[in-house]
Amino acid sequence: MTAPGPVLRSLVDPFHPHPYRVVARRRETSDTVTLRLCPATDPYLPGSPGQFMMLTAFGIGEVPISLSRVPDRSGMLEHTIRAVGSVTRHLVALRPGDWVGVRGPFGTGWPLDLARGRDVLLVAGGLGFAPLRSALEAILERRQDYRRVTVLLGARTPSDVLYRQILPRWQRRNDVDLRVTVDRPDERWRGQVGVVPQLVSQVAPSFEPTETVAFICGPDVMMRFTVRELQRHGVSDDRIFLSLERNMQCGVGLCGHCQLGPFFLCKDGPVLPYSRLMPFYEVREL
Amino acid sequence: MARGSVVIESAHLRTLILTLQREGYQVIGPTVRDGSIVYAELSSDGDLPVGWTDEQEAGHYRLRRRDDQAVFGYAVGPHSWKRFLLPSPFVLWRARRTADGVLEETPPADAPRYAFLGVRSCDLHAIRVLDRIVLAGTAVDPIYAHRREQAFIVTVQCANFAPRTCFCVSMGTGPRATAGYDLALTELLEPGAHRFVVEIGSERGANLLAHVPHRPARAADLRAAEQAIARTATQMGRRLDTNGLKAALYANLEHPRWNDVAERCLTCGNCTMVCPTCFCFSVEDRTDLSGNVTERVRQFDVCFTTAFTYTAGTSHRHSARARYRQWVLHKLATWVDQFGTFGCVGCGRCITWCPVGIDITEEAAVLSSRRGAGAEDT
Repeated sequence: MTAPGPVLRSLVDPFHPHPYRVVARRRETSDTVTLRLCPATDPYLPGSPGQFMMLTAFGIGEVPISLSRVPDRSGMLEHTIRAVGSVTRHLVALRPGDWVGVRGPFGTGWPLDLARGRDVLLVAGGLGFAPLRSALEAILERRQDYRRVTVLLGARTPSDVLYRQILPRWQRRNDVDLRVTVDRPDERWRGQVGVVPQLVSQVAPSFEPTETVAFICGPDVMMRFTVRELQRHGVSDDRIFLSLERNMQCGVGLCGHCQLGPFFLCKDGPVLPYSRLMPFYEVREL
Repeated sequence: MARGSVVIESAHLRTLILTLQREGYQVIGPTVRDGSIVYAELSSDGDLPVGWTDEQEAGHYRLRRRDDQAVFGYAVGPHSWKRFLLPSPFVLWRARRTADGVLEETPPADAPRYAFLGVRSCDLHAIRVLDRIVLAGTAVDPIYAHRREQAFIVTVQCANFAPRTCFCVSMGTGPRATAGYDLALTELLEPGAHRFVVEIGSERGANLLAHVPHRPARAADLRAAEQAIARTATQMGRRLDTNGLKAALYANLEHPRWNDVAERCLTCGNCTMVCPTCFCFSVEDRTDLSGNVTERVRQFDVCFTTAFTYTAGTSHRHSARARYRQWVLHKLATWVDQFGTFGCVGCGRCITWCPVGIDITEEAAVLSSRRGAGAEDT
């Protein structure tokens, strides 16, 4: 996935964003859009599933956003962004042709190497599907390298489910078991109702716990309960990977904001195995 | 490592400063301002705090007149060298939105060439700690790197004062500086013989001394210097047992003492600002009135604010307990895992400048004791 690009200015000076342009904008939910970005100048930035970029809205500020689609051969990439603060509100409002500053890629990606030859379980809550989408696409590109592939998605309501245009394409495949659940159904919802950790028991019979690698991304409470469920079904802690969200400002372990115990989540994470996270992740307010 | 020692008379401290200035250095050193000793640009030796000493205790700092003409007869003040190596605020870049949407960037100005005069052993170690973080990590901070590369370091060995809040002996960071300087001065105050023993630590240091009148150091000079430094070591006002400290703190993340200290801590962040190794920064984008020119500014940040961990609508560390715990845990435990060294060099600044006198050595002793034991450090 990681293309060995030419020497990047960001390696010399990690604080300078690269100019990108919005080339497409797709509304996902009431407050979330996906932006397709294209490098305005060479060289373009590489990136692997699970890594994140720092996106700058001109004159407003910078935020960490994970890659929902990794850069293709022309450097085109996608970010799914929810409007929650001033920077993300501005990013979500951008239109094709608008400028975006991009720094990155930062952090650890999903351990696809470890997942190869094993059952893979992707568990996403809400916007947590964005970084897992890039993993799913990488897996489907080389589907034969993996055993059972299961995707469990949770959202608050049916209209909060991400990537609804593409979802049916994945659901139609017989080599992917994709299940969606919502907390609060509307009158037209015919799928499952409940929280996403509950789905683990449903699919547990179909995967081999000792040969399973799980990738989880979502709200902390959802990840904690999902981990419990996976443990209960015999998946070992060093095969359960979480992607954590913290205040990230520099992306290179220099600004200090994203610390969790000994980890700088921007460079040691955001993806870490539960076995390493556990002593710190389970301590309140650490 | 020392490449020999010489002696210069106190009058030639002036020559040393002038020589540094002539070599193109901006000389930064201790000076008296607002009732404390701070680091600022020196125009001559006249700016140095001659005849001053300080009186430090937990939450207490006063300058006092000495009855001699000592130039360096005091411990460290509220400033540390990070304010020059990691300038704050600092404009990372400036950009302009033009008619065709293209961005122009203003290249940052050249880094100043600093000579630091009066770097104590603890602060030399603090600079080395910063080196590990900002020079040896996955990314190099170019702002620090340029300043650090060029900096000429004149160390002053700690002598001729009683170090009340210091605990460099416990941290293995002093009081004697043994490496990392270009020149190291030890001030000798003998009646009628005010002089400095100068240890040469680098080629650069040796070259500079060629312009400063000096004589070879005699055995008696060296002996007097060692004695003066050794006296400081025996007078340490604080101690911290670092044996097993990291593991003990990791094991005591829910120790009741965290609640106790949180009742006293004002979460003002003074400790982080005076700490010579606290490196955390935040970035902010600022625009002009037109909205077409923007600059990204970085400045020191403080882990004692709730904003420090604010993410997507919530702070990860709400309570004062959690924020104080983060700071101490970082200094004395997680820092070791991150950078292979403590984040504390025993300079004592956080003790002196804490408005309520929280003493990290006292807290760490209790926090690393068996849960609830409430051990007293004596």
